[in-house]
Amino acid sequence: MTWVIHILNGVAFGMLLFLLAAGLSLIYGLMRILNLTHGSFYLVGGYIGLSVMQVTGSFVLALIAAVAAIALLGAVIERFFLRRFHLDELPQTLLTFGFLFIFSDLSLWIWGGDPLMLNVPRLFQGSVPMGYYSYPYYRLFLIAVGLLVALGLWWFQERTRLGTMLRAGVDDAEIARALGINVSLLFTLIFAVGAGLAAFAGVLAGPVLSLYPGADFEVLIFAFVVVIVGGLGSLRGALAGALLVGILDDFGKAFFPQFALFTVFVPMAVILVLRPTGLFGRQ
Amino acid sequence: MTARLLAIAGAIAALLLLAALPAFMREYSVALATKMLIFALFAMSLDLLLGYTGLASLGHAAYFGVAAYTVALLVVRAGVSSGLAFPAALAAAAVTGAVFAPLALRARGSYFLMITFALAQVVWSVAFGWRTLTNGDDGMPNVVRPNFGFSLDNTAAFYYFTLAVVAVATLLLVGIVTSPFGRALRGIRESESRMQALGFNVWRYQYVAFVLSATFAGIAGALYAYYNRFVGPEYLYVIQSAEALIMVILGGAGTLIGPAVGAGLIVFLEDFISSMTEHWVLVLGVIYVLVTLFAPRGLSGLVNDLRRLRSAK
Repeated sequence: MTWVIHILNGVAFGMLLFLLAAGLSLIYGLMRILNLTHGSFYLVGGYIGLSVMQVTGSFVLALIAAVAAIALLGAVIERFFLRRFHLDELPQTLLTFGFLFIFSDLSLWIWGGDPLMLNVPRLFQGSVPMGYYSYPYYRLFLIAVGLLVALGLWWFQERTRLGTMLRAGVDDAEIARALGINVSLLFTLIFAVGAGLAAFAGVLAGPVLSLYPGADFEVLIFAFVVVIVGGLGSLRGALAGALLVGILDDFGKAFFPQFALFTVFVPMAVILVLRPTGLFGRQ
Repeated sequence: MTARLLAIAGAIAALLLLAALPAFMREYSVALATKMLIFALFAMSLDLLLGYTGLASLGHAAYFGVAAYTVALLVVRAGVSSGLAFPAALAAAAVTGAVFAPLALRARGSYFLMITFALAQVVWSVAFGWRTLTNGDDGMPNVVRPNFGFSLDNTAAFYYFTLAVVAVATLLLVGIVTSPFGRALRGIRESESRMQALGFNVWRYQYVAFVLSATFAGIAGALYAYYNRFVGPEYLYVIQSAEALIMVILGGAGTLIGPAVGAGLIVFLEDFISSMTEHWVLVLGVIYVLVTLFAPRGLSGLVNDLRRLRSAK
């Protein structure tokens, strides 16, 4: 039974990672930007959600406000800053790293240095009995939400007109532009969606992982690992990578506490050596 | 020819100026200048790979940290004399580079960046997790400085030692980038396929550049272990790697002087701004953004632009 619990924990964490990695991967796939500010989108989103929940008491409102605010922030960053350095890797790195620093310090200023916990929404308080153990409803809710988002993104990418444009842009942005697709708008939109997903993850993570200074760097590194394992630009890869990393991390912490992170990074290195573009990345 | 003479004269003047610094600076400033020199070397070592060979590594802290940990482990755990630990540290950095290079060189661009990042994180997780050997995140204190008949415990003495090591290393780096080998590296940076067509074994050049770059990073890492008399897993962490990358980009990739100045500037700014305000991270972030907007090719790119502007008049 402990195994089931560990796997569930790993999957729940994996779903949060998926939300982060999906955005990171979409943004890279379309614009070739390795967005280091992604960790800030997660943390600041979580903090905004926390503040909104303290004022209104509503978890749903917290989610909506955080996602909207961060999506807007992402759109602004893409349009007015990153846009100038299209396909120019080094300035992009410096820029997104600068924003990571800025938001990290601003959020320390506004929300302080102590870890803050969001309350578990009333609907999902308590836990399900499972033999000797019990399992919190909220984590099951996380797994369900992650699956729903994965399904939604898949539907968006494969079945909607915008998704078709996205796929065209990923394949060849120049040709897509020549075919009359508004690639410029698509860039901003996808960047906003990616940022919003990260904020969504931040709020959802609030009741489980808590929010604290430095969490932005930590989740960025985990999201990095996920896209490396899964392959940049692939949603399927992000999902597979996120589940693998989530489960490995939980088992590592439970069974090899000394080498907890080793259990994540070594499999990643092995996968890269065998497949440098990740499990589902294009060669 | 005159340009070359000017460069040599400039280098000698800079060296004399650096050598004179301790005479008219406070001890604190001398220590800060030492740190600036160490990171200047670290940034130049990365630039050999990024600026000259065209391979952006986000894992350079691995070689820096491996060398630092080699010094600490040999001195603290094995009781080896601190001076002897220095060549061992360089060897360890070189070997780490030689093992990681074939893995990283399977990919290019963002994937190269991510593989180097991943490999460095593996090393970090060992240093962080293997508490019985490395003390984990507590790090290892009591890394004594070497004694070559004279003590380096004095701040000025250690400054001169660092200056000498960094000067020699810089001379070697200049020799490397101006040699035919260095020219070939630049050719590879511009077009791998063309160099391949010209009969160059591109992979072998990149491999050697990678190992050399790791070794020079190792020199900086060993010096830093002496400097702090301490090593900790943050030496190996991705933030350290990212900082090196930022130093190179800020100074301007593809020159040696640019990254050295960029490194010195960042070390100085971190110290200076953090003494002025607790929000130094914010200020530093704003500086990064402004530099990107107004000097996307780094400071050396900015200088070139200004020069071109002036000669166009």
